Amino acid sequence: MTKAHLELTGVEMAFETPKGSFVALDNLNLKIKKGEFVSLIGHSGCGKSTVLNIVAGLLQASKGGCVLDGHEVNSPGPERAVVFQNHALMPWLTVYENVELAVQQVFRKSMAKQERKDWIHHNLELVNMAHAANKRPGEISGGMAQRVGIARALAMKPSVLLMDEPFGALDALTRAHLQDSLMEIQQELNNTVIMITHDVDEAVLLSDRIIMMTNGPAATVGEDLRIELPRPRNRVTLADDPTYVHYRQEVLKFLYEKQRKLENIKTRKASSTDQQESTAQAAGA
Amino acid sequence: MTTLTNPSSRAGTPGWLKALASRFTGAELAQSGKQLLLPTIGILIFLGFWHLAAPQVNTSLGAFPGPAQVWEQGGQLWQEHTNQRERADKFVTMQEERNARILADNPDAEVKIRDYPAAPTFLDQVVTSLITVLAGFFLATVIAVPLGIVFGLNHYFQAAVNPLIQIFKPVSPLAWLPLVTMVVSATYVSDDPMFEKSFLTSMITVTLCSLWPTLINTSVGVAAVNPDLLNVSRVLRLSFWTHVRKVVLPSSVPMIFTGLRVSLGIAWMVLIAAEMLAQSPGLGKFVWDEFQNGSSQSLSRIMVAVLAIGFIGFLLDRLMLMIQKKVAWNE
Repeated sequence: MTKAHLELTGVEMAFETPKGSFVALDNLNLKIKKGEFVSLIGHSGCGKSTVLNIVAGLLQASKGGCVLDGHEVNSPGPERAVVFQNHALMPWLTVYENVELAVQQVFRKSMAKQERKDWIHHNLELVNMAHAANKRPGEISGGMAQRVGIARALAMKPSVLLMDEPFGALDALTRAHLQDSLMEIQQELNNTVIMITHDVDEAVLLSDRIIMMTNGPAATVGEDLRIELPRPRNRVTLADDPTYVHYRQEVLKFLYEKQRKLENIKTRKASSTDQQESTAQAAGA
Repeated sequence: MTTLTNPSSRAGTPGWLKALASRFTGAELAQSGKQLLLPTIGILIFLGFWHLAAPQVNTSLGAFPGPAQVWEQGGQLWQEHTNQRERADKFVTMQEERNARILADNPDAEVKIRDYPAAPTFLDQVVTSLITVLAGFFLATVIAVPLGIVFGLNHYFQAAVNPLIQIFKPVSPLAWLPLVTMVVSATYVSDDPMFEKSFLTSMITVTLCSLWPTLINTSVGVAAVNPDLLNVSRVLRLSFWTHVRKVVLPSSVPMIFTGLRVSLGIAWMVLIAAEMLAQSPGLGKFVWDEFQNGSSQSLSRIMVAVLAIGFIGFLLDRLMLMIQKKVAWNE
């Protein structure tokens, strides 16, 4: 096995609450190779986002840590670009200016002015958003805004691209469209990607590996599934593919049999949104 | 916003669509007519009520003035102003001619140039008040916005200063005024003063009373920046100044402007009171002088001032709204 590009070792995350400390993650270990597309899947509240935030440097692990290319991660940085669930574009900047803000910051010294301009346009074209360069986020649809969010992250030339439920807020058709775009981009750039998702189909279709997480508290890696489907992948032909169906069932079994979320009102104080989310997921899957 | 028409929807459209569009504009015309009509009716009813009620109120200076008397006094005040301008112009030209003659006789002679010695007219007072309020408001903004940003960014600072803000915010201008007057007279000592002391006193009082809404709104706006955007800023490793300039400030501009509009309204109200009490030049002094004057026209003239104060306050707010629409991204 080649040397890990990104390595999480013995990660524990405890949050201090008024009722004592709450252990969200416990002894989580994960190695990711360069160019691998990894999905994190698990029920709501299992700490997927916490893992992503630790890799991003937005959160500090209580124990253990994250090493990227031999350097310990302890603060956020553009080499670990994040695509947020709700695009997180500056609403007062145009699409172009939003990407420009990132490019300006990261490549101020290493690129000439014209070079930066071309790079911004290149990334907007990559996500098919060049036509809306002068629009504000409020003037474009959620799917388009998410494309720009992806363009902004790609424009930082990250060593790892972190995606926090990037398509979770979108309708099914837009989501499928963006997934296809993302696969094309990934084919071209071969980035290392960690993506959080709730969607089993999305995970199987896009990933090289699916990391299934156990339920919290004290969540950790439950199963590690390699998806060995040839690329480019096509969602329509794959729908009947026995290997694809098999992978899909593996994940479903994990989520709904091994890690079935027990909604016991007495012991688990799952918030109502949590419940809604998990039922919505069950219905979607 | 309903009165705005969409020009693109009517260019090169088929006949039936045009008919629909013309109907649409017809409806819009009715809409804008309604928007003009109803306020007009409101104003007319108010004027009628005023006209009928005013003669019933008797004061030691005669009956309370109705709209007609007030209108007349408005004209009178304008007339006084133009008359005085003419006299002042004459005075200036005469002075220039005289000085020219003196200089022609003796090139080394010292000539005196005096201002026309006359009491300020109503319009002069309006201008003075406007300058004072804008200066005071400007000073308040320059203090409150940066401070608000600091408070909004730093929770410790905010916690330390919050009690002070809460205590000073509700203080009436009249309470500040004697203190400000004494401090200004004691500290602003100059042989050739750039500003009148009375101007400084009014202006500082206005500043002290009007900076709070801007300060509070700015700090709230800064503290309420979307956490996702803060994370973007962290991922990009923006420097502190870039972070403030590119993320915090634009994000809180709508809140800042809400504060500024409230501040400007307060500034204008406070100024009139301060001018009345301190006898500094301005609309407040005009009102007070007329009250002391106690002629049969005084009440009408005060009423002119009241309407002018209200109208100017309204215009100032509109002005802020216009600037807000130009500057804020959410408008």
